[in-house]
Amino acid sequence: MQLQDLYRDLILDHNRHPRNFGRLGAPARQALGHNPLCGDQLTVFVRLEGEKLADVRFEGSGCAISTASASLMTEAVKGKDRATVGALYDQVHALLTEDGAQPDASLGKLAALSGVREFPARVKCATLCWHTLNAALGEGSATVSTE
Amino acid sequence: MAANLKTAPARPYDVARVRADFPILATTVHGHPLAYLDSAASSQRPRAVLQAIEDYETHSHANVHRGVHALSQAATAAFEGARERVRRFINASSVREVIFVRGTTEGINLVAQSYARPSLRPGDEILISALEHHANIVPWQMVCEQTGAVLKVAPINRRGELEFEAYLKLLSPRTRIVGVAHVSNALGTILPVQRIIEAAHAAGAVVVVDGAQAVPHIPVDVQALGADFYAFSGHKLYGPTGIGVLYGREQLLRAMPPWQGGGDMILTVSFEKTTYNELPYRLEAGTPNISGAVGLAAAMDYVEGLGIEAIAAHEHRLLQQATAELLRIPGIELIGTAAAKASVLSFTMKGVHPHDLGTILDSQGVAVRTGHHCAMPVMTFFGVPATARASFGCYNDESDIAALVRGLNKVREVFG
Ligand SMILES: Cc1ncc(COP(=O)(O)O)c(C=O)c1O
Repeated sequence: MQLQDLYRDLILDHNRHPRNFGRLGAPARQALGHNPLCGDQLTVFVRLEGEKLADVRFEGSGCAISTASASLMTEAVKGKDRATVGALYDQVHALLTEDGAQPDASLGKLAALSGVREFPARVKCATLCWHTLNAALGEGSATVSTE
Repeated sequence: MAANLKTAPARPYDVARVRADFPILATTVHGHPLAYLDSAASSQRPRAVLQAIEDYETHSHANVHRGVHALSQAATAAFEGARERVRRFINASSVREVIFVRGTTEGINLVAQSYARPSLRPGDEILISALEHHANIVPWQMVCEQTGAVLKVAPINRRGELEFEAYLKLLSPRTRIVGVAHVSNALGTILPVQRIIEAAHAAGAVVVVDGAQAVPHIPVDVQALGADFYAFSGHKLYGPTGIGVLYGREQLLRAMPPWQGGGDMILTVSFEKTTYNELPYRLEAGTPNISGAVGLAAAMDYVEGLGIEAIAAHEHRLLQQATAELLRIPGIELIGTAAAKASVLSFTMKGVHPHDLGTILDSQGVAVRTGHHCAMPVMTFFGVPATARASFGCYNDESDIAALVRGLNKVREVFG
């Protein structure tokens, strides 16, 4: 268990200076994500143009892992279409939860999250934003909870 | 805390010997010796408790109150012996006032459902404080929904102390029940329960004390306090999980309908009519947690062996030392600075979420609790999503504080 694998410089930087932080007004979609265990709460906003995620922003408060993960996610998905984002979600999920999963080059900066896997109590922090994005893109409930 | 000490400890407190009584403290965590600073969530068990449970399971187990055979009698003797042990520990006037439950949560729910629910009328009031654990909030909200009673909340100040004048003002002829913690788990505040109870009684209300965090740190005499109900958990008192106690004044318990039906709580059952058993069995349906009760009794023996005043004095020294050392670390803010405090140090560090802090401390072998501590309204009051909480038990020593301080410096290092 290596702390420096969890708190990499890129993670700390995105925590200190989250990208795409803020709201998007209507007609953007939004969803609220909540991790009752640690009180993390974030809202993800998405403006769709057809199948494309034309703009993505988030706001809320949380730990360094959830904030950095959300920041990295917004960078990674902006401008991509739904199908690509879905595939990215699957890759990130595998990276965070599957033993021995190696980051694929297509993950880009998201690969910085690979250290989270060694900290099982923190995996939910990193996945919260992705579940929330999913909810914003989906039809169902617009509130997700990690519990 | 010092004000609670009736007598000075007879001999110096030998923390090294106490530590040796707790096998789990020899654990290493991520390559570091364990610094266990989470006793407010659950304390560890001394060998004497583990041994008592094993002895019971090895030599005496059968069901209680049922058989004429030797083991059933041995089990009944062990279980009822544990009840008498509890009675002495809290100075109840009779074993009929000692109801075994799963823990504090179940004890409070029992009072809510079996005492409050049948007697409350629409517009009656239940008064709690703003620093309560969810276990002393939600059962009352449920009973309010069921009866039309109204929940009132007495405020706290920025130090985390009950606003006593405001509490007095909220007491009214409509107040039927007052529910308060003896010690706050999120802030460490010791509440003036005796004065709270006197005022409540003067207003005609019955008082339920959540003693979960008090029994490990303060000598509790339910008669001297005048408590009507007093609930606590074994696992915060160096005993097992799944066992706790609800003390209730006999006169009140006797008027309460059973809250669960089944075996043990009856005298006779026919399909036409069932007659209920005597106290305390009437409120204990089903086979109880026998080994849990045995373990709890052993834990009480252990605590009294050390002397609860001696434990409290030791923990108070640690609390003062840890408070002073934490305040020297840049960015630390204490949450809960009451004049009377027991064993809990809740804090935040500027620019670092408590969850990250907890992970980094854990990587150094330091176990603290991070989160809302089942007291979300307290977090809201202080405007924080969560805090980190270090809490002390009889086995903590300076090495644990040193590990905490080293760990917090590591947090500073990582987060710059
Ligand atoms: C003040 C207080 N009340 C109630 C409880 C609930 O105790 P239990 O979970 O053992 O029922 C706790 C435990 O966290 C507590 O600290």
